[in-house]
Amino acid sequence: MIKVKLFATLREGRQKEVVFDYFDGITGKYIIDMLDIKEDDVAIYLINGIDGKINDKLKDGDVVSIFPPVGGG
Amino acid sequence: MGRYDRNMNMLSREENERLRNFKVCVVGCGGLGGYVIEMLGRLGIGYITAVDMDVFEETNLNRQILSNVNVIGKYKAMEAKERMKLVNPDVFINPVVEKFDIENGERILKGHDLAVDALDNIETRFVLQDICEKLNIPLVHGAIGGWFGQVTTIFPGDRTLDVLYKQKVKKGIEKELGNPSFTPALVASIQVSEVLKVLLNRGEVLRKEVLYIDIYSQEYHKIKL
Repeated sequence: MIKVKLFATLREGRQKEVVFDYFDGITGKYIIDMLDIKEDDVAIYLINGIDGKINDKLKDGDVVSIFPPVGGG
Repeated sequence: MGRYDRNMNMLSREENERLRNFKVCVVGCGGLGGYVIEMLGRLGIGYITAVDMDVFEETNLNRQILSNVNVIGKYKAMEAKERMKLVNPDVFINPVVEKFDIENGERILKGHDLAVDALDNIETRFVLQDICEKLNIPLVHGAIGGWFGQVTTIFPGDRTLDVLYKQKVKKGIEKELGNPSFTPALVASIQVSEVLKVLLNRGEVLRKEVLYIDIYSQEYHKIKL
C-alpha cells in the first residue's frame, strides 16, 4: 500500500489522502498520472518525508507527499 | 531610543543598536516586499535597498501596504522611501528602479549583509539565488499564492530553490488564485523574523527546510529538504 498526501490546491477535486495498492515498479509518476496531476504542479515531492524524484521506484508502505509550486510575491 | 523600547527585552540594547549597521536588500516591493520593508524599517535596520521597476496599479490596492489611491502610477521603490520618511526617518532607503536580472544583480546586491526574496516570479528567484551564492550573502525566500505561502532561509551553497521548484515552472498556483490582503502580511512577517535571526545569529532559522503555509486549512508544515 502507498499512502499519498496531497497539499494546498492539489486537494481541489481530490481527497487529502489517497491510497494506492502497491505493485512492483510503482512510481510517483504513475500516481500523479492516475490522479490527473500535471508534472508542473509538483513542486515539493517527498517519499517518507525525504526529498525524492517522481521516477523513483516506491516500496510497499511508502508515504508520498506532494505540494504544488507557490511563486507569487 | 524610545522608538525601540518595545523591541526590548526581546532584543538586548546592544542588539538593537547593531541593527542600524546592517544593510538589507529587498528584491521586489509588491505584496511581500512592501510589508518586509515596513517591518525591517520599524525594527531599525539602518540601510534598506528597495528594488522594483514597477509602478503602482489599481490592482495592487487589495494587498500592497506601500500602495494607496494617491500613488497609483508612481514607482514602488520610490514610494518605499517616501513611506519610510514618515515611519522611521532613521532608516535610509536606497530605491532601485530597475528590473533585477543577471546583468545588474551583482551591482545591486554587493555590499549587503542579507537579501530578501520578495519577487513575483520563479525565474528571477533563481537568478537571485545564484548571485547571492556568488557574493556569499544569505537569502530569505518567501512566496505566496492565494491561501498558501512558503518561507525558507538559504545560505550560500544550500541551493534550496533547486529543491523547492524542481520543474522550474515560471508561475505557481498564484496564477490561478491571485493574492489577498492577509497572505503577504503573514509570509512577510515570517521572512522578517528570519532576517532578524540571521543578522543577530540567534534562534533557529528555516535552513534546508521550508515552512509551507496553508491558511485555508490552517496547516503549517515544516519540511526538511
